[in-house]
Amino acid sequence: MSLSKIKFDKKIVLSFWVILIALIIAAPTLLPVFRLNLLGRYLSLSIVALGVDLIWGYTGLLSLGQGIFFALGGYCAAMYLQITSSSEFPNNIPEFFALYGVEKLPFFWEPFRSPVFTFFAIWIIPALVAGLIGFLVFRNRIKGVYFSILTQASLLVFFNFFNGQQKLINGTNGLKTDVTQLFGQMVGSESMQRLFFWITAILVIAAWFFAKWVVKGRFGNILIGIRDDEPRVRFTGYNPVIFKTIIFSIAGGLAGISGALYTVQSGIVSPQFMTVPFSIEMVIWVAVGGRGTLLGAILGAVFINYAKSLVSEALPASWMFIQGGLFILVVTALPEGVLGWIQGDGPRNLLQRFGLKRKIETYPSLEVKNKEGNNE
Amino acid sequence: MELLLDSLFNGVAIGSVLLVAALGLAIVFGLMGVINLAHGELMMLGAYTTYVTQLIFKLPILKPFYNSYIIVSIFLAFIVSGVVGILLEKTIIRKLYGSPLETLLATWGVSLILQQFVRSVPLAYGTGLIISLLIGLFLPTTFPSKIKESINFKYFKFSSWIFAALTGVLTGNIISSSVSKLSRASARNVDVTAPSWMRGQVEIIGTAFPKTRLMIIVITLISVVAITLFLNQSAWGMRIRAVTQNRQMSDCLGISTEKVDIITFGIGSGLAGVAGVAVSLLGSVGPNVGGNYIVGCFMVVVLGGVGNLLGTVLASFGIGIMTDLIGAGRLLSIWPDMPLPLSNTINFFATTSMARVMIFALIVIFLQFKPTGLFPQKGRMVES
Repeated sequence: MSLSKIKFDKKIVLSFWVILIALIIAAPTLLPVFRLNLLGRYLSLSIVALGVDLIWGYTGLLSLGQGIFFALGGYCAAMYLQITSSSEFPNNIPEFFALYGVEKLPFFWEPFRSPVFTFFAIWIIPALVAGLIGFLVFRNRIKGVYFSILTQASLLVFFNFFNGQQKLINGTNGLKTDVTQLFGQMVGSESMQRLFFWITAILVIAAWFFAKWVVKGRFGNILIGIRDDEPRVRFTGYNPVIFKTIIFSIAGGLAGISGALYTVQSGIVSPQFMTVPFSIEMVIWVAVGGRGTLLGAILGAVFINYAKSLVSEALPASWMFIQGGLFILVVTALPEGVLGWIQGDGPRNLLQRFGLKRKIETYPSLEVKNKEGNNE
Repeated sequence: MELLLDSLFNGVAIGSVLLVAALGLAIVFGLMGVINLAHGELMMLGAYTTYVTQLIFKLPILKPFYNSYIIVSIFLAFIVSGVVGILLEKTIIRKLYGSPLETLLATWGVSLILQQFVRSVPLAYGTGLIISLLIGLFLPTTFPSKIKESINFKYFKFSSWIFAALTGVLTGNIISSSVSKLSRASARNVDVTAPSWMRGQVEIIGTAFPKTRLMIIVITLISVVAITLFLNQSAWGMRIRAVTQNRQMSDCLGISTEKVDIITFGIGSGLAGVAGVAVSLLGSVGPNVGGNYIVGCFMVVVLGGVGNLLGTVLASFGIGIMTDLIGAGRLLSIWPDMPLPLSNTINFFATTSMARVMIFALIVIFLQFKPTGLFPQKGRMVES
């Protein structure tokens, strides 16, 4: 059983890889720019889904506030782009400041003049914020639904803050990036969008390897231990607070990278990234794809978003029904997600139901051992 | 003095909306550990019930009683949201006990469906659907025990559902043909106008209070008193408290936890409907109206602690008064000549959205000292 399962998994993973890489190589030539841009956006969303999978699928922390870190990354990127292309505006500051009568750049904008700082800020700032929020919550052993509620509330707080501060970050209008300049080219231009698609595709694969490295070995075992029985992990002498904080800030950093990539491809970052529904959607991508299967998170994010855009183009009203039904269906009927179902006993059970495969009467492992023994 | 009274009243008014909305949530969460993200949408159903009742009371037959429609709609909203809640419990939530995070996601799915349902189904047929649900769920329980115990009970149940469906379609048709506003689906917000006796202001000790605000406070007061009496004086209330304290032990002692779950969830959802009536008095009613309150409600529940109504009451009034103090910058008017940096800080937070930021920060600080809320449940458990 165990041998055949590993083979099976490898086959599936390998075929997915081949398809994925073929798609990424073929996409820029096959797809029109509009679709390519959409695909690039959804690929960047799959990075935040990887983070959600790390904290929810592996550690059992259901965060409803990943939008915070996503938007923070987006804002970091947009602030850099705005400030470097603001030389023709009055006072050498971004255009929107003039609308609110601001003449001096707010202090926290200054460091974003440097590309090096921005490069690090995009993932370090969200990771630090996540670490801080996480530490304050985990320290008190707040967990389960309380944790979910608190992350949702902090999401709302960040939303209110960014939405209300016109004079600092243009409030509800958000920061536009598509008319700004990067490397002497317009960010919204076709060639730049193709470049961003490549960067996104490479970063998704890099993030996937990184996430795989994180959950491998003892660190990953402790995470799974925390998910399955946290008190026991504590009694064994580990401090769950540290591990939970680390993994939460890793997920925050991934969300920040994802947000920055999404921002440059969608052309704007606004407080809409921090609304409650968007952050819960991130969870459903992972739930549909398969919790605790990193590939499932990526596939879930890309496919659900693609389905969303296709359905919304055809029947705008029905997407909410479909999405709501998806939530209920996945939770009640398919708790493992699609990939988890395939990797688990799903196909075997389905075949059994149609009488195509012999039923296993007792424990699968024992049964298979006997069978193998007989065969030999 | 007048300023203080004004501030206190505003705080209590904000707090009472929070309280009536969070009351049902606190009971459900306390009993089942279930986070019901569809609670806001149950409130929305209550608000729409008020709107539908208002329009139906404008019909010639009911016109003489128009002024009392708001009282009727409180009961109707309780029933409507309660029925939807019971259906929710019977179909989805029951399957997910013991996995609160999954329940959270499933109820979010329900809330999306309810929102879209209100947008794309005419309210008249929505009313018809609710009526058929009501009949279908409750008619079988009123059968005489002879029928209930007979072997053909499922056929009786089936036929009562058919009867329910027919009645629902019929009422839907009648309503949609007599009230034209309800016969078309619309995603636009609607307005509930208070009856004439609730408009205007009342003067108490030199300060003018809007009557609708007072009405909300009264609704909240009645809900709290009623639910306290129910929990502490009735037999089912005792069972509910027992299950809240120790589910397995109560089960062993012969309490039907299944029935307790249904009743609690029905009452909790019904209270959301009552909150919806209160909310409909404050502003226009739309599919998203519940979402504005839901996070505030959760904050109340977290702050108040699980399974204690006093905690819920104190937490919601505390949050309400603090929101008013910070959001309106009242500290500045109470103490006009405070040092400049402090007054700048207070001015920075003196908007509704920034007040929320401040309140949340205060709640997180509070939870650093009391992680399980104001009144934690006593007991010795590993998981705490």
